[in-house]
Amino acid sequence: MPYSYVSPEQLMKDKGDYARKGIARGRSVMALEYADGIMFVAENPSVTLHKISEIYDKIAFAGVGKFNEFEQLRIVGIQRADVKGYSYSREDVTAKGLANYYSQSLGMIFTEAPKPYECEILVAAVGDTHEQNEMFHILYDGSVSDRQNWVAMGGQAEALGTYLKEKYPKKLPTLAAGLKLGRDALHSVEGREIPFEALEAAVLDRKRARRKFRRLTPAQLQETLA
Amino acid sequence: MDRELSLQDVMRVPVHGPGSSFSELLRTVSPDSLGRPDWQGVVHGPEGTTVLAVRFKDGVIVAGDRRATEGFQIAHRSIEKVFAADDMSAVAIAGAAGPAVEMVRLLQTELEHYEKVEGERLSLEGKANKLSQMIRANLPAAMQGMAVVPLFAGYDERRGAGRIFKYDITGGRYEEDDYHATGSGGKDARSSLKKRYKQDLTRDEAVKIAIEALFDAADEDVGTGGPDLMRGIFPTVAVITSDGTIEIAEEEIKALFEELIGERREQMMLPETHTVDVRRPKAEG
Repeated sequence: MPYSYVSPEQLMKDKGDYARKGIARGRSVMALEYADGIMFVAENPSVTLHKISEIYDKIAFAGVGKFNEFEQLRIVGIQRADVKGYSYSREDVTAKGLANYYSQSLGMIFTEAPKPYECEILVAAVGDTHEQNEMFHILYDGSVSDRQNWVAMGGQAEALGTYLKEKYPKKLPTLAAGLKLGRDALHSVEGREIPFEALEAAVLDRKRARRKFRRLTPAQLQETLA
Repeated sequence: MDRELSLQDVMRVPVHGPGSSFSELLRTVSPDSLGRPDWQGVVHGPEGTTVLAVRFKDGVIVAGDRRATEGFQIAHRSIEKVFAADDMSAVAIAGAAGPAVEMVRLLQTELEHYEKVEGERLSLEGKANKLSQMIRANLPAAMQGMAVVPLFAGYDERRGAGRIFKYDITGGRYEEDDYHATGSGGKDARSSLKKRYKQDLTRDEAVKIAIEALFDAADEDVGTGGPDLMRGIFPTVAVITSDGTIEIAEEEIKALFEELIGERREQMMLPETHTVDVRRPKAEG
């Protein structure tokens, strides 16, 4: 094949379009700040392939898009956090450091690898107070944004964003209210009922001991959403 | 950290990466933090003394005194020897305190790392085996005077029962059906437990005999610390059941010791006739 010139603008645009298309095909995840911390809600028919998981004491991870790609990011995040916490101290593991690392990696993959990652991730850390919560949304090209109140990512990110912007309460919601808001947001954008069994939900609850991350079981979801 | 972890490190995972093992990971990124096998000579550091575990109806109790010794000196009066390894198991350490505490930290990280990466906890058997490998890796240090001999106990979620594992210096792992104690006062604690242990003890009964065993060990063994009423230092007792690992509150331990001392006082007090007043001349006769 003869060599043909492609301008960097065109190349980046093509890669960006490719990544966005991949992400748009997948399901969505939301993170919402609530009274005791941060909660995550997603539609996920699988009970074993998680979109939401624990990274470290106060830090959680959520990913949308291509599973094997964000899974790889999740594992390297756990590895970095555990090595750092073991070598130094547990409090030296921060969401900011991790978000920065993810941003660097995804940015490098976007420019250098033949194919960008088709995923978006969220690194969230619960603080001792609501003001100290941190949520970093990292895109396929490595760009990071520091978010508050709520984050929506994945196929329906835009529609969920519009819904949450309108409905997210002024006063921090309780766990039950937040979960209902998340479920209703999914119902509204998907235009169908989503049974509690198909929801994946977890919290970073500041009231818990060292490890703040907790998955909500189907029984707990059923009870809370009733 | 000797080397920064990069995404390339994980990309190799399917072939020969560290998988879900934290110590394998550490070996690739920071080998020196695991200790060096080429140390020479014999060293001595603080030693932990008596720890024990007792099975009961709903799980298992792990307890330990708070003293560390260095030769005939007390190195530390309030050292912790009982640690939650994760939500469902605990490890109690006897032997060289430095490497033992480090081993516990590695085990804790290892178990949590596995749980996070794999999305489920290791089996109790798996955890016990992991600890076995760590003790074996410590063998060169053990030959130079820094032996670590922990006691591992936990609630086996698959069997629905508490289980106890003891180890030897080479990492040999042996399961005990009812109770075990190790460390310098281990033999005394075992003798005490032997007389009081029954099948299907309740939690309160098991805690009581664990405390009595520690008291008996401290009574016989110079290395073992008894309850320090003056400073308010009491042994650590952890209870592991299907609800998780809970350390018993100090007030409860204190109350139990006070009760025990009350019971034993009369029995142990020296009789009046035992004291001889040397100043009084003997009666002529």
